[in-house]
Amino acid sequence: MEWYLPVIWAALIGTAVVMYVILDGFDLGIGILFPFARNEIERDQMMRSIAPFWDGNETWLVLGGGGLLVAFPRAYAVIMPALYLPVIVMLLSLVFRGVAFEFRTVSHSKTWLSVAFATGSTLAAFSQGVILGGLIEGIPVRDGAFSGGSFDWATPFAVLCGLSLIAGYGLLGATWLVMKTEGAIAERARGQAKVLLLTVLVFMVAVSIWTPIAEPRIAARWFSLPNFYFLWPVPMVTALTAYLTWRWIAAGRDVPPFLATIALFLLGFLGLAISNFPYLVPPSLTVWDTAAAPASQIFMLLGTLFLLPIVLGYVGFIYWLFRGKVREGESYH
Amino acid sequence: MDLDPVLLARLQFAFTIIFHIIFPSFTIGLSAYIATLGVVWLRSGNDRYQQLMRFWTKIFAVSFAMGVVSGIVLSYQFGTNWSRFSVMVGNVVGPLIGYEVLSAFFLEATFLGVLLFGFNRVPPWLYVLSAAIVAAGTATSAFWILSANSWMQTPTGHELHGGIAYPADWLAIIFNPSFPYRFAHMLNAAYLTTGFVVLAVGARYLVAGQHIEEGRTMLRMAIGLTAILAPLQLLLGDQHGLNTLQHQPIKVAAMEAHWDGSKPGDFHIFAWPDETAGVNRYALSIPHGSSLILTHHMNGLFPGLNSVPPSDRPPVKMVFFGFRIMIAIGFFMIAAALFGAFLWWRGTLFEARWYLRVMAHCWWIGFVAVIAGWIVTETGRQPWIVAGILRTADATSPVPAATIAGTLALFVIAYGVVFSFGIYYINRLIAQGPTGALAQETGQFSANPISAARDAGRAAVRRT
Repeated sequence: MEWYLPVIWAALIGTAVVMYVILDGFDLGIGILFPFARNEIERDQMMRSIAPFWDGNETWLVLGGGGLLVAFPRAYAVIMPALYLPVIVMLLSLVFRGVAFEFRTVSHSKTWLSVAFATGSTLAAFSQGVILGGLIEGIPVRDGAFSGGSFDWATPFAVLCGLSLIAGYGLLGATWLVMKTEGAIAERARGQAKVLLLTVLVFMVAVSIWTPIAEPRIAARWFSLPNFYFLWPVPMVTALTAYLTWRWIAAGRDVPPFLATIALFLLGFLGLAISNFPYLVPPSLTVWDTAAAPASQIFMLLGTLFLLPIVLGYVGFIYWLFRGKVREGESYH
Repeated sequence: MDLDPVLLARLQFAFTIIFHIIFPSFTIGLSAYIATLGVVWLRSGNDRYQQLMRFWTKIFAVSFAMGVVSGIVLSYQFGTNWSRFSVMVGNVVGPLIGYEVLSAFFLEATFLGVLLFGFNRVPPWLYVLSAAIVAAGTATSAFWILSANSWMQTPTGHELHGGIAYPADWLAIIFNPSFPYRFAHMLNAAYLTTGFVVLAVGARYLVAGQHIEEGRTMLRMAIGLTAILAPLQLLLGDQHGLNTLQHQPIKVAAMEAHWDGSKPGDFHIFAWPDETAGVNRYALSIPHGSSLILTHHMNGLFPGLNSVPPSDRPPVKMVFFGFRIMIAIGFFMIAAALFGAFLWWRGTLFEARWYLRVMAHCWWIGFVAVIAGWIVTETGRQPWIVAGILRTADATSPVPAATIAGTLALFVIAYGVVFSFGIYYINRLIAQGPTGALAQETGQFSANPISAARDAGRAAVRRT
């Protein structure tokens, strides 16, 4: 029990994080692509394609971060102070992104709010990448507490991860637009998706080369035998998925490019999990080191097993309710 | 300059949570009001209720967004600035917050999508049901958050090993001694706060001579609600106070600025507590008043601040004045609501211009009372972050003072800008009124929504 309970929770938190990255990924992607819209009608269309969903999507961030408090309080208590500034910047960016949605319908000065929306989205994406990069590079811990400085996370690798996530979310946003809009926006999004796909691939390769070189533990995980025999399919499948994504975008398909992009993200996440498991706070604290008391994990688990499927159910319902292309003439509120 | 990281962390949390509480105080009540309007619409078939529902939903959206983004800040701040708190009591508090997210937050955030955008996609019964679900979600959020916060005030159901709290009895944890009182008091406060906003908006329209029918409807509904809830809040508050006396007597001592527990307590209408000397200056008091309220006896005794060393006392002035402000507003609410009910009974409510003028300017009173009350309960718990278990000064994160000062400045600037605009936009929505041209899109598919909205907006501005 003491062994597998933290593992189950690691899987649940991981699922929450993946859900967040994909769902808010395309929301933030729309914000990242916002500056490329030509006029107010297009910007409106882009907003309307995500407006019913963004609030629920962002909730997965609370489940992922708050979930860390629930299941792994010692990891939460180390990671948050260690990545203090990127976390705060992310939160403030999300504040601006979130209110920009609602203020835009009321305001006369849409320009400022479009700037807030685009900047907030881009900065939130960048901060999340920096958080990821900072986490992968490892966090110094002494006596169970963070023992480093306020700017430890500020490295070239973290910047690389930040830029990668901007491109990645941009790709999610672009393929979402291909799926949910028509006309000029959809066509432009198709072109943007191609560019972003290539960019994401370059970044993925860069990160995949950098991490084993920079972190010997990751190199050992991937390249030692017999691990390598099991793990080499992962980059192969990723390459294949990327190729299929390209083909589907080019072939004018609406839905498959978005689904394939999700698959790319899942594969990227899988790679991260393979590199770092069981370390929740690399390089020193595992999921077992940082787990909450079993009584707490069990109490939360029982409720989660009941509630999470319900949550997924009504989230699915909402996406079904607002299925199809954004309709011309269907107004906000 | 030597900055105290603990003080900065407290200031940052206080700042962000005070901003946050404004929005749930409004959205809990407003979502219930919107659902009520929906039910009345379905049962009466009267389109005015549907218009009012759509009108308040727009305002709800703006407020809810600000509540969400400021709430996410708090859920991460437990880690960024209070990491030792997270380690010491995370086993207990964590799941309570976790249940809030899973059973409430997701619910409200998801079904809000239907409420804001789904009017043309779902049948009316599902639309109103979505409103009810959002209202239930907000109340459920309040349940879990108040449970977690109440455990910090009256911790039970746990065991301590090496200073770390482990859960022993979840029912005792969730339904800890102060929870029922604090939950009832806060939930009622939320409905009251919204009631006075709706009252103010209705009054404003009648004074301006615009949207008269809608204004009258809102006035009637709001006075009906507040006439019941305002006196109820006094009762709930009294019970809450007695419960606090039992479990957190020093907090009550600070609320009353009661220093010497060996004598009965006077009720100070005004006083200036001198915390160094341990006396109250310039006191305007009702003799034995506090003893009467707290013990129901003229000469009843209750613990004074002197019964504990200064290091175990909360900041007296903040708690004392916060309490006075809260109950002053509470009594004003009772008077205003009952007087409004009286005027309504006499049939002179809609012509009582001076009453309407005053109430139109009183939209903010609930918010001030809520903030004052939260300052009383949270500051009154100091120096403990979890009463008797963990001191605030021992609960912070290993983050340098300068870094916290930097982020505090960012929060003050960002929140100042964002929330100022939020209130400005809500005010503009109210000024446009329930029959603003934007409401005309019901069931219509206009060819060019942007220019239609622009023209409608211009027309609305010209009308107001």
